[in-house]
Amino acid sequence: MKSIKAQDIHDAVVGIVMSAARYLPEDVRKALKTSLDGETSDSAREILGQLLENADLAAESGLPLCQDTGVGVFFVELGDEVHVEGNLVEIINGAMVEGYQKGLLRKSLCHPLTRKNTGDNSPAVIHVDIVPGDKLKIKHMAKGGGSENMSRCTMLTPAQGWAGIKEFVVRRMAEAGPNPCPPTIVGVGIGGTFDLAPTLAKKALFRPVGVRNPDPEIATMEQELLDAINDLGIGPMGLGGKTTSLDVKIEMRPCHIASLPLAVNVQCHSSRIKEVVL
Amino acid sequence: MATYNLTTPLRDEDLLKLKAGDVVKLSGTIYTARDAAHKRLCDQLDKSEKLPFELQGAVIYYVGPSPAPEGRPIGSAGPTTSYRMDTYAPRLHSLGVKASIGKGKRNAAVREALQKYVGVYFGATGGAGALLSQCITAAEVIAYDDLGPEAVRKLTVKDFPLLVVNDAHGNEQYAKPNYDL
Repeated sequence: MKSIKAQDIHDAVVGIVMSAARYLPEDVRKALKTSLDGETSDSAREILGQLLENADLAAESGLPLCQDTGVGVFFVELGDEVHVEGNLVEIINGAMVEGYQKGLLRKSLCHPLTRKNTGDNSPAVIHVDIVPGDKLKIKHMAKGGGSENMSRCTMLTPAQGWAGIKEFVVRRMAEAGPNPCPPTIVGVGIGGTFDLAPTLAKKALFRPVGVRNPDPEIATMEQELLDAINDLGIGPMGLGGKTTSLDVKIEMRPCHIASLPLAVNVQCHSSRIKEVVL
Repeated sequence: MATYNLTTPLRDEDLLKLKAGDVVKLSGTIYTARDAAHKRLCDQLDKSEKLPFELQGAVIYYVGPSPAPEGRPIGSAGPTTSYRMDTYAPRLHSLGVKASIGKGKRNAAVREALQKYVGVYFGATGGAGALLSQCITAAEVIAYDDLGPEAVRKLTVKDFPLLVVNDAHGNEQYAKPNYDL
């Protein structure tokens, strides 16, 4: 059994929370650059250029990439040979709060009805999976509200199959239009249960842009959805162009014989993801 | 498509010449307000109370900035999605507001209000909060401090880059998706 100190986890999480807000991941930056090279419309080129300039400026100035520094979402892979010296959920939440405070990140969480701000961006959304091994991997996403609002889930019938999935996903992105800050990255969760499909869709967003699902059939489905979404012509910020989404990521799980759960989690171009392994 | 340099407060003659797709560099004073602030502004109107800023000729920026670092007036400050303010926007336009700044689509009621009261909806680049903050030279909370990022701020802007998305003549700049919605 390997023991990990609470302070070490805390410090690592504060670090990734602060850096995720400021540094656009290299895969996203590369995808924006490739899109810029492929766009012919002036407005699309202008917007993509601004986004790259914004990423440079955030890294240099220390300002967050986007004023919406999001909900602190964490997907944790806890090795079954790891002992955490403390309560893992409390440690991560406390570190998230410290990271948002120290990093001058916006506190965006509030009571759902009174809308009173919680004041410290808590609580973090934390998913923990127990995995084999002696490592603790913590993956963090700063999830913005504008793109999250454009996400949807549904329960299709088994008869609707792939055609129904494709129709729902493409229609959703057509309806979302300029709202979620395109170019987006689209996470799709297929299968599982009513609650699991959206979790799969969010988990899918952690896979780097440009990296396909290892299952070749799912990889083909990802490409088909990406092509269909980009054929919509919505373009960067909805002003037209070839780049409506940078990528589509699918995660799939078996489901009940009666069901076909489906979820679309929309991510904006400012896909702020960072991980640490202890 | 033309580029215009405009200074606040905006007047009808400024807006009537703008067409969807035009670029505007805006200078002067603008006010921030987003979800919770809009609700309070309209609650105050219901009670016939004086609002925290003059609506006539005003420009409202839908933004909740991140905290200001030392030595800067404001943190990251890009637009939030505008449709959530559609509930309130026609009423504010009827009272003299001339423009809003945000991102994403507006509903039919807002588009009609822009024509009826002569107004425009400007788009700014979503997610480019660090870049846009460079055009903000001063910021001061003037109301609803308890709302934190949603408080109403008076901003001084210089050459703030905007695109006319909906003009006062009923035109819209967004691409229509190739899909039968």
